[in-house]
Order: sequence, then structure tokens, then C-alpha cells
Amino acid sequence: MGHEAQETDAAAAVDFKEVQSTERFQELRTRHRSFVFPMTIAFLLWYFAYVLLADYAVGFMSTKVWGNINIGLIMGLLQFVTTFAITGWYVSYSNRRLDPIAAEIRHEIEGHEFDKHGNNITGVTK
Amino acid sequence: MTTLMVPAVNVADLKDTTLLNMGIFGLFVAITMVIVIRASRNNKTAADYYAAGRSFTGPQNGTAIAGDYLSAASFLGITGAIAINGYDGFMYSIGFLVAWLVALLLVAELLRNTGKFTMADVLSFRLKQRPVRIAAAISTLAVCFFYLLAQMAGAGSLISLLLGISDWGGQALVIIVVGALMIMYVLIGGMKGTTWVQIIKAMLLIAGAAVMTFWVLAIYGFNMSDLLGGAVETSGNPNMLNPGLQYGKTETSKLDFMSLGLALVLGTAALPHVLMRFYTVPTAKEARKSVVWSIGLIGLFYLFTLVLGYGAAALVGAETIKAAPGGVNSAAPLLAFHLGGPLLLGFISAVAFATILAVVAGLTITAAASFAHDIYASVIAKGKADADTEVKVARRTVVVIGLLAIAGGIFANGQNVAFLVALAFAVAASANLPTIVYSLYWRKFTTQGALWSMYGGLGSAIILIALSPVVSGAKTSMIPGANFAIFPLSNPGIVSIPLAFFLGWLGSVLDKKLEDTTKQAEMEVRSLTGVGAEKATDH
Repeated sequence: MGHEAQETDAAAAVDFKEVQSTERFQELRTRHRSFVFPMTIAFLLWYFAYVLLADYAVGFMSTKVWGNINIGLIMGLLQFVTTFAITGWYVSYSNRRLDPIAAEIRHEIEGHEFDKHGNNITGVTK
Repeated sequence: MTTLMVPAVNVADLKDTTLLNMGIFGLFVAITMVIVIRASRNNKTAADYYAAGRSFTGPQNGTAIAGDYLSAASFLGITGAIAINGYDGFMYSIGFLVAWLVALLLVAELLRNTGKFTMADVLSFRLKQRPVRIAAAISTLAVCFFYLLAQMAGAGSLISLLLGISDWGGQALVIIVVGALMIMYVLIGGMKGTTWVQIIKAMLLIAGAAVMTFWVLAIYGFNMSDLLGGAVETSGNPNMLNPGLQYGKTETSKLDFMSLGLALVLGTAALPHVLMRFYTVPTAKEARKSVVWSIGLIGLFYLFTLVLGYGAAALVGAETIKAAPGGVNSAAPLLAFHLGGPLLLGFISAVAFATILAVVAGLTITAAASFAHDIYASVIAKGKADADTEVKVARRTVVVIGLLAIAGGIFANGQNVAFLVALAFAVAASANLPTIVYSLYWRKFTTQGALWSMYGGLGSAIILIALSPVVSGAKTSMIPGANFAIFPLSNPGIVSIPLAFFLGWLGSVLDKKLEDTTKQAEMEVRSLTGVGAEKATDH
């Protein structure tokens, strides 16, 4: 448990406002938000378009395409496909664009580059 | 066509297989209990008890999340909903799955980086601790309670089908047994034991559903179109394949469908017992892996439910399902009986039981952690309680919640389990999601905004459910004799979720007090970089 306490002390000595204002961190924040926000809006729109069609365009959704398979079923299955696709896309995006820069900032903080001035934390070794 | 090869389901035959079912179930309980006891040997600290020492890998935790998520609602409820209401039941599968993207993109990793044990850790991070913690704990308890009701209703349905018990006392007795078992798992095993039960159960459930899916498809020559045709033929209703069978009747019911769709997609990322699972892994990256893993498993399973639902409609028939003890929730077990006779029924029922048991255990440990960590340790003992006392309080809470769940389960019987779970989703999305999203992404969010949003969302969702046809005023209501249903929709999401988002915004802009910008900076930096995040405890 001493391990956990040490972790908190180390974090307490960090000037987070300084980290927040650095260009690297702003870059990380922008990269994260510029992916997750548009993507969330996109899949929610697609999902609600689907729900609205199933609700108010029953005739269209009931159109048979192949045997008993209708447009409603195909669109439902497409929701599965897009969910899997967005998941894969996000994972590759964060591996390439988010994780390296996040790790870099984390190491800098843990290497005491952002410690508050006059705050001696030599007791913490990491 | 080929349906003639398989004899029709005779529900009365089920009674002859009771011993076999109970034997398979007993075996499962015995095996998992041994695992739970072995897993619990290392439960020393609070982090061990609540978060399994943060020692699970992404894939392990992902399987456990699937185990937590694929509750009786997914298996019994969705299969039944598709078998009876056709396409409209499929909506549950889609909503329950797409919802994971909200968790993956917006919540999981940032939450893992900022919190410790419970949802309240994150929500109260940069706001005033006490009021926000209490609000988050109350909404956690409320959501867990609704979810528990649904699982217990599923247990009741299953038992009444298997044992042919339809009298109140008999079902109550079985619910008491299920509840007692669940309390034992959680008391002995803590999060680690519970997680192992989830993993085993998820694998059994997915394997069982896969076998049944393969079997149903084989009967129809692996032709989905023929299977759908079979469902239409048995039901005599071509609209089985089209949207609107259940929700398309009136303008009100169409609105209800929208409301359901909204609650399903926004509920998952706000379910406390799912959020708590992100703390059982060592890093945010493992949290991401676990969500990816669970999206794969859950998506696969929901594809199975489509086949199983239409398979039950084609091979068993909606009339037989509705007439069976356990009603709509009995579609999956009846299909198993139809396909593989008593042995498959025994296996599938044991898996369904295990599902309920495991999910109930997961919910219970979440609720107990929330009470002990957020209300007892932080508010009653004002942060002075040591970890041992906290775990002791958590264990006692487990017993109390177990007893409440047993009592609630005895009363919540006969409703479709997926439908009941959708109510829990609506409550979660209203009470928790706005505050989670705002506190992670909106710098100007304040304590007042959080409190307005949480209490407003929770209160409006629960009041609207109480005033809806679910509780009174309809044949299928919980209190069929009374009528105080002044709210026409059975799912409150379409009103309560936007209201909670609005209140969170309004409360914040009207708040004269400003929040600590240092804390905001710390939360943002920690959530995105993972610095100072809780590490795995090593033994």
C-alpha cells in the first residue's frame, strides 16, 4: 500500500496547470477531442437515423431485398459493422496518435519536470 | 418444411427433467465456488476487494465485462422479445451494442486514469467531495437496484419454467436460494472471485448460444432467409420481419420506441457496475483493450440472439412461448428443449442461472463498494476509516443489498427482463451520463451543475417510471388494479436524459461559485496522460 501513497505524493507536487498549458499537452488534448467528438456525433446520428427509419419509415424498412431479408435487417446488421469498424479505427488512432505523446508527457511529469517551485520532493524516487 | 423433423415442444414434459437441470446447475455452483475460494486467498486490501488488485489483463477483463453485460436481459429477454415482437426486439441488440462506442470513445480510459474504486471517484474529483459523492452513490444504488430487479425477475421466470412452479411461495423460495448463493460469492470472493465467475459464465453463455445458433441455422440449411420465412410461417404474421409490430401501433408507442433507443445507447457508459470494471485492469491501455474485447464478444452474442429469437419464433412459436410458465422470458430455454431435449435445456438453463447469479454478484459488489467507499468512508467516517473497516462495511452492505434484491425480485415477476433492464439504462443515462461527460470534458462544469443534473435526472426518471403504464393502468402493469399512469411512455429516457443534460448546463452557468481550476487542470492532465493513476497491487 505504501506504493499507492507514494504515487499520490508524487502527483501532489506536480504543477498541473503548467502541464496543461504546455503545447504538447494541448496537442494531445486536440488530437483526442478531434477524433472522439466528431466520431461520437457521427455514430449517434447514424444510430438515430436508423431508429427513426425503423419507427417512421416502416414501409421502406420492410422492402425485401433478397428472399426474406429486408432493408431493416440489413441496416440493423450494418450498425454492427460500423460499430466494429469504429472500434478498430479508434484503437489504431490511439495507438499511433495518442499513446506516444501521452507516454512522453507522463514520463516528463514523473521525471519531475513540472514540479512546483520550491517544493522539495527528493524523497520520492521513481 | 424441415421443422417436421423435430417434435413440437410440450411444456409439460419439462417437469421430468427437473433433477437433471438442478444437477447441472449444482455442478456449476460447486466448480465456481472452488474457483472463488482459491481466487480470494489474496484479498488483503481494499484495492484487492473492490478492484481485484487491478491485476486483470485486458482480454480477461473484457470477457468479464461481457459476462457482466450479457445478463438475463440479453439472453432470455432479447430472445423472447424477438420471438414475440419480431424486428422490434432486435432493437435491443443494436442499442445495447452501439452504446459501447460511447463507453469506448468518451469514458473508459479517462475514467480509469482518474478514479480509484467507484464512479463517484471521478465525478467528485474536481468538484465538492461530499455532496457530489453522496449524489453519485445514491444514483449508483438506484441503478443497481433497478438492474437487480430485472435479474431477479429473470430468475423467477426461469425457475417457474424449469420446475413448473407458478405459485408465489415456490418462486419466492427459489429467489431466496439464488440470492443467498449470490451473497456467498461476493462475501467470499470480492471483486476477484466475482470477476472469475463472470469470465467462466461469459464463455459458457457464448458457447451455449453459439451451439444453439449453429443448430438452428443447420435446420434451415444455413439460409437466413429460410429461417425468417419459418418465423413468418409459424406466427402467421408477415410483419414479424418488419419494424413496428410492438411499437408501431400509435404515435405514443412510436415515441416510446425512440425513448427506448435513446436510453439504450446512452445507458451503457453510465452503468456503475460496468464503469467499476475498468478499475480492475492495471492501465488505461488495458481498459481500452478490455472494451475492444467486450465489444467483439457482445456483438457476436447479439448476432446469435437474432438467430435464436427468430429460431424460437419459427420452431417453438409465439403462442407456446407466451403460454409457458415464465412467459416471454422462456423463449430461449424452450428453444433449447426443442433442439437438444432435456440435456441441452439443462445446460442452457444452468448457464442462464449462472448468468443471473454472476450479474447479480457484480451489481451487488458495485453497490456495496459505492456505499462503503463513497458514503461510509468519505462521508460518515470523514475519510478517517481505515481500509479494513471499509471492507468490513462493504461486506455488511453486501448482505443488506442481497436481502433487498431478494425482496424486490419476489415482487418483480413476469415482466420482460430486457424491458426492465432498459429502465435501469434510462435511470443510469439520466442520472450519471451528463455528469460523467461534463466533468471529463467541460471546464466550466460546477458542483451545482452536477447536483442538479444527477438529482434532476434520477428524480425525473424514477418519477416518470412510477407514473407510467409500467407501474399502473395497463394489463401488464406491476400494480394492475390501480391507474395513476399520467405519463404515457413506458421508458422515460426521451424526457429525463435531455432534462438532465440541460440541468447540468443550467446549474453550472447559474453557479456563482467557481470551481478550483487547479483541480480541473489536474483531472484533465491525469485523465489524458495516466500520470498518477492507480497501479496494480503486487503480491
